[in-house]
Amino acid sequence: MPKLTPEEVQHIAELAKLDLSEDEIERYASDLSAILDYAQQLQDVDTDHIHPTASVLPLRNVMRPDEARPGLEPEDALANAPESDKGYFKVHAVLEGSQ
Amino acid sequence: MSHLPQTIHEARRLLRSGAMTSVELTEAYLERIVQMEPDIHAYLHVAEEQALTQARMADERMAAGQDTPLLGVPLGVKDIITVQGMPATAGSRILEGFMPPYEATVSRKLREQGAVFLGKLNTDEFAMGWSTENSAYGVTHNPWALDRVPGGSSGGPAAAVAAGEAVAALGTDTGGSVRQPASWTNTVGLRPTYGRVSRYGVIAFASSLDQVGPMTRDVRDSALLLEAIAGHDPKDSTTFPDAVPHYADMLDGGVRGMRFGLPREYFTEGMHPGVEKATREAVARLCDLGAIVEEVSLPHTDYGMPVYYLIATAEASANLSRYDGVRYGYSAQAPDLQENYKLTRGRGFGPEVKRRILLGTYALSAGYYDAYYLKAQKVRTLIRADFDAVFEKYDALVAPVAPIPPYRIGEAPTDPVSLYLLDVLTLPSALAGVPALALPAGFVEEDGAKLPVGVQFIGRPLDEATLFRIGRAFEQTNEVA
Repeated sequence: MPKLTPEEVQHIAELAKLDLSEDEIERYASDLSAILDYAQQLQDVDTDHIHPTASVLPLRNVMRPDEARPGLEPEDALANAPESDKGYFKVHAVLEGSQ
Repeated sequence: MSHLPQTIHEARRLLRSGAMTSVELTEAYLERIVQMEPDIHAYLHVAEEQALTQARMADERMAAGQDTPLLGVPLGVKDIITVQGMPATAGSRILEGFMPPYEATVSRKLREQGAVFLGKLNTDEFAMGWSTENSAYGVTHNPWALDRVPGGSSGGPAAAVAAGEAVAALGTDTGGSVRQPASWTNTVGLRPTYGRVSRYGVIAFASSLDQVGPMTRDVRDSALLLEAIAGHDPKDSTTFPDAVPHYADMLDGGVRGMRFGLPREYFTEGMHPGVEKATREAVARLCDLGAIVEEVSLPHTDYGMPVYYLIATAEASANLSRYDGVRYGYSAQAPDLQENYKLTRGRGFGPEVKRRILLGTYALSAGYYDAYYLKAQKVRTLIRADFDAVFEKYDALVAPVAPIPPYRIGEAPTDPVSLYLLDVLTLPSALAGVPALALPAGFVEEDGAKLPVGVQFIGRPLDEATLFRIGRAFEQTNEVA
């Protein structure tokens, strides 16, 4: 029976870059445990010689000519940015202030 | 308002005859929206000016002799599908104010064919939900019982079509999000074969499952709308190259001699007796029309729920990683980049979206990938094999859509497993990528309210034409009843 601890939820939240409150962590630990417990029934299915399905499509390796085509204009691409500067997205320093 | 045409084909007949212009029709629908929205709240954005501009252009095209199936017809679009010049929120705070710099292929196709866009319709956040209660912009009310949910996630489109606030609409179906709201609002909803309709410009939830589908008042409209949006798209490499049939010309012929499977696993524990009764009556009607209906088994049906919630959440956790507070959407404006990611996403996403991102991240994480994600993908193969096996003998399956009728706003099950089981009858076909058409099948009475119940027909891959033919025959028995 998988039981997720609040510490494990905190770890997943870190991977997913989600800031969660203590209450949220408690609630998600209980929710995810219940869902994963239910998902345990998959272990009863014999899948020894079964290929995984990533896509149901019969199409494989769809190719197109490698030709240059017009894309978004820079101003359109930046139009929704919270902050931009001189034609670039603006972010805070990556190398300082983070581990 | 009784003169308002309720279907695409009726609207076209009026427009063609000159009884009404597209501008007049669009104005009448905009007026209807103003009148109904205080009760329904189907729309997140009404695009009055753009709609009237499109209507004027449609009138000019008609004056120049053009006559195409959607010309001048006012439609609504689920707010997870981008339309140029209209905001796209996906029902999420994290996309508040987002103006897409391009538009979805389905929107472009409808625009080119002269359709008029009335506006954007409510959805559960990133299409994750059953009711629109997960929308960050308020719940949509079911036109049949205003204290109840319309279903979801395409609850806005379903309610708009049911309330006569759009002639028809586009929804999306990842695990049942077109069919379940259709069945709860007495409307027609199609989930096309995965790959039949382009996903380009549709805000992604689970890329191996998402499909755009028509939400309409009748089967003919569903056929017209699918034909308008289907087909190969160079911008979506998962679209089939196969030619799109003239579905609306293939509606007649009936179901005499057709073979239907009735999957015994779809009569689940806890199913509302009214839903089971409506399904049995639908079977009786098919038999009266000369069809052969036999009980069949899809043995991996019960695994659909866990397989879906592992695969869909894994894909969602990857797709939703793009909301970083840097390129578009909400930003918490924290001084540190890592902190800004976490605060932006922690505040910008609602509770159900965060739950699914966490579940998907866990299913993909080191040490659990094989046990959850890979295992789910293997069982998905078996679920598809169940359908392939029955379709060797049967033309289509007939089944209930949702195990219960629409519930009261705020009264959804609180534990996640019971909640996720609401999808159990639409998940396997979505995982298999096969098409399914949900149709009105009657009503159940509950506390004095008349609540719609649907039935779904599930078909072979790319065989939407057969579903429309079945649907047309079946809906005529509704007209008699």
